[in-house]
Amino acid sequence: MTVNLDSSELFTLGDPVGDTKAPQVPIEQRWDDRRFHGKIVNPANRRKRSVIVVGTGLAGGSASATLGEAGYQVTTFCYQDSPRRAHSVAAQGGINAAKNYRNDGDSIQRLFYDTVKGGDYRSRESNVYRLAQVSVEIIDQCVAQGVPFARDYGGLLDTRSFGGVQVSRTFYARGQTGQQLLLGAYQALERQIAAGTVTMHTRHEMLELIVSGGRARGIVVRDMVTGEIETHLADAVVLASGGYGNVFFLSTNAKGCNVTATWRAHRKGALFANPCYTQIHPTCIPVSGDHQSKLTLMSESLRNDGRVWVPTAKGDTRAPGAIPEAERDYYLERIYPSFGNLVPRDIASRAAKNVCDEGRGVGPGGRGVYLDFADAITRLGREAVEAKYGNLFEMYERITGEDPYQVPMRIYPAVHYTMGGLWVDYDLQSTIPGLFVIGEANFSDHGANRLGASALMQGLADGYFVLPVVIASYLAEAPYGDPAAADIDEAVQSVRQRVDKLLSVNGDRTPDSFHRELGQLVWEYCGMERTEAGLRKAIGEIRRLRDEFWKRVKVSGTSEELNQVLEKAGRVADFLELAELMCIDALHREESCGGHFRAEHQTPDGEALRDDENFAYVAAWEFAGTGSKPVLHKETLEYEHVHMTQRSYK
Amino acid sequence: MKLTIRVWRQKDSADRGRLVDYQLDGVEPDMSFLEMMDILNEKLILEGQDPVAFDHDCREGICGMCSMAIDGVPHGPEKATTTCQLYMRHFNDGDTITVEPWRAAAFPVVKDLVVDRSAFDRIIQAGGYVSAPTGSAPEAASIPVPHEDATKAFDAATCIGCGACVAACPNASAMLFTAAKVTHLGLMPQGQPERQQRVVAMVEQMDAEGFGGCTNTGVCTTVCPKGIPLETIARMNGDILAALRP
Repeated sequence: MTVNLDSSELFTLGDPVGDTKAPQVPIEQRWDDRRFHGKIVNPANRRKRSVIVVGTGLAGGSASATLGEAGYQVTTFCYQDSPRRAHSVAAQGGINAAKNYRNDGDSIQRLFYDTVKGGDYRSRESNVYRLAQVSVEIIDQCVAQGVPFARDYGGLLDTRSFGGVQVSRTFYARGQTGQQLLLGAYQALERQIAAGTVTMHTRHEMLELIVSGGRARGIVVRDMVTGEIETHLADAVVLASGGYGNVFFLSTNAKGCNVTATWRAHRKGALFANPCYTQIHPTCIPVSGDHQSKLTLMSESLRNDGRVWVPTAKGDTRAPGAIPEAERDYYLERIYPSFGNLVPRDIASRAAKNVCDEGRGVGPGGRGVYLDFADAITRLGREAVEAKYGNLFEMYERITGEDPYQVPMRIYPAVHYTMGGLWVDYDLQSTIPGLFVIGEANFSDHGANRLGASALMQGLADGYFVLPVVIASYLAEAPYGDPAAADIDEAVQSVRQRVDKLLSVNGDRTPDSFHRELGQLVWEYCGMERTEAGLRKAIGEIRRLRDEFWKRVKVSGTSEELNQVLEKAGRVADFLELAELMCIDALHREESCGGHFRAEHQTPDGEALRDDENFAYVAAWEFAGTGSKPVLHKETLEYEHVHMTQRSYK
Repeated sequence: MKLTIRVWRQKDSADRGRLVDYQLDGVEPDMSFLEMMDILNEKLILEGQDPVAFDHDCREGICGMCSMAIDGVPHGPEKATTTCQLYMRHFNDGDTITVEPWRAAAFPVVKDLVVDRSAFDRIIQAGGYVSAPTGSAPEAASIPVPHEDATKAFDAATCIGCGACVAACPNASAMLFTAAKVTHLGLMPQGQPERQQRVVAMVEQMDAEGFGGCTNTGVCTTVCPKGIPLETIARMNGDILAALRP
């Protein structure tokens, strides 16, 4: 089968792109080899080398702390009022590591294999293998920081199972693992701030990348309190600014999460890879009305003990307790007997959509399925269930007003994570030399679908262990001379013009109203299920909406003050550009894989149907101007160690 | 529901500030408090007025960014609930709801309901960490931690740093916040080597930031969205006495 899309219509084809940094040695030796052969910076010279880090989540916080400890001059930025608030804080379930403390057959090889398979064979083997290797060091590091992981009664680290795997390798701290890991990184960061190696700027937002002499040399930021536009220069820039899930308006991301830092870098030449790979999380609290401003996730770990079901009959409106066992459809257990309720996220999400499309959904609007703990409470006792999931149950009750110990939870999928991001090589370097991208902001490790408890692993792997090594090789070659004044000036002027433009439209629609409309479009046509006709329609609608935005947006206030409407407007403007690229990427990928499900490409029983012959590549897009055809650069994915098969969790 | 929202408006840190009343119609019981504020702001923007600035981010009760004193109570009337997790079903049609920023000398108002809580970061900088540079860690399983210690440490570590404890305290004391970190790290074996210097440095910083002293009113724990217990303060007092004893 060949690509039947007329590529000249929406994009053009460029030269292939490839990773040239992974050493050509057996995969188990690659990271050691890279560490040994890469240049390092003499400790006395490190204080002469400067690095900018944007974002203070698990990736940015751990990177800033570690680079500071190493002795570099680090300047770190976050938009929140404290680095401790980055959205990694909200991750609930856990962090994977191939420790094999359970003696259940786990190994680095198995974690590697599970991650590549879980990503539906669309990730790069070298990077994933390294991630699995580094995973064991992360747990050591976090324990040493005093992270209060769950312990068994012998005082040893407890683990649990997570979706998509058959071993118990997920370390956790009740339902607040992300919070505890982030506080560990935050405390390490604050220690370096006190030591003077890291300068922290809170309430600052990156609005432009400064590129000079072909290298990333700094950023332009806006002080969100005074409105002042500032420039910061360095030998290298690290983006750790998270994913772009808020393009959907409703998502489990924090309200402030945005694509601006990575999108601005993309506009300056960094390739954006696989934007259509977005993850819909199966267990979120359903939407309750039009006023909804965000969605709340219920940790996937709940699927360990909760059973997912809907009534067997359509339109059954009886209370869940009144529906007898024989009239319930535990559809995940039925369709996927070997993984049951623990199938990967993409599969669980689509299955929920399918039963709701059949008219068997529950709750207001019929967009929900039950997640039932009655059996677990009978089997383990209420106390044990409370110890494991107490805070999640409380959160559910607070939001819905229903007690999940008595009534099954209602859940529905929601956008949660974005696998796509800026393209990076094995050194986590983008196509702009000196611009490194870590954590969710890059595309590298999760392919077309991320497994649960792997985001925390990747964020910390990148920040604590990978970036500090790979960036040293780049900094060892520095200094790269002073950036040209004209390049700095150009970046500053473009930020000022954009701010002025946003303020001058003075139309009749709020930034939020545009964001909601965009989110509905992207959710409808580029969400859980995509079709050619839908994507084509979405591209047209997004272009129309973008034009309308620049004619009708209303931004109150001025630029010289704390102005949350202005902040929001700038972010929405970038989402309006990203959304088009997402749809083009989804349209061009004429296959289904992981989180990208094209209705035209499915097996007879409704599973994702990949086309390895034509699409086993990373789609890395080059910006060619707003509304102009982006240029597609392909990175061919070669699998030496994992055999590509159709994923089966049956 | 139809409500009167009485909000603290203050243009910047130099402005004196004042309470302003806004009428709001069409509020649904399933809206969160912040969604109600969103609707108010959408209305204000379209009317050409300055919307109310407020801090918020995760809207799921964990980032600690939201910070509103609602009818005089930090995070409002519900126990163990952040502002973002408070739902309008707890209010009645016709209510007048007063919304103010955290009030404390150490948390100066930036604009409207936004305050500067960087003093908390500086308390952590003073010693709220374990010195464990990346790469120096021993194998994770080498030191068992008794289940009960890990559980109690977690209970203290669950603090989200929102500052409600300070805002509620008649002395604007930061004892509960500081004690939560001292307790978390002091219960873990990894926190022992620096335990004494940590508590002294953090308490000194807390004082230097202008937070008040603790007079054991206990109001901090009643407003704490994470239910950090008052015993953490007793524990910190024990630690500081041990550290200062000659």
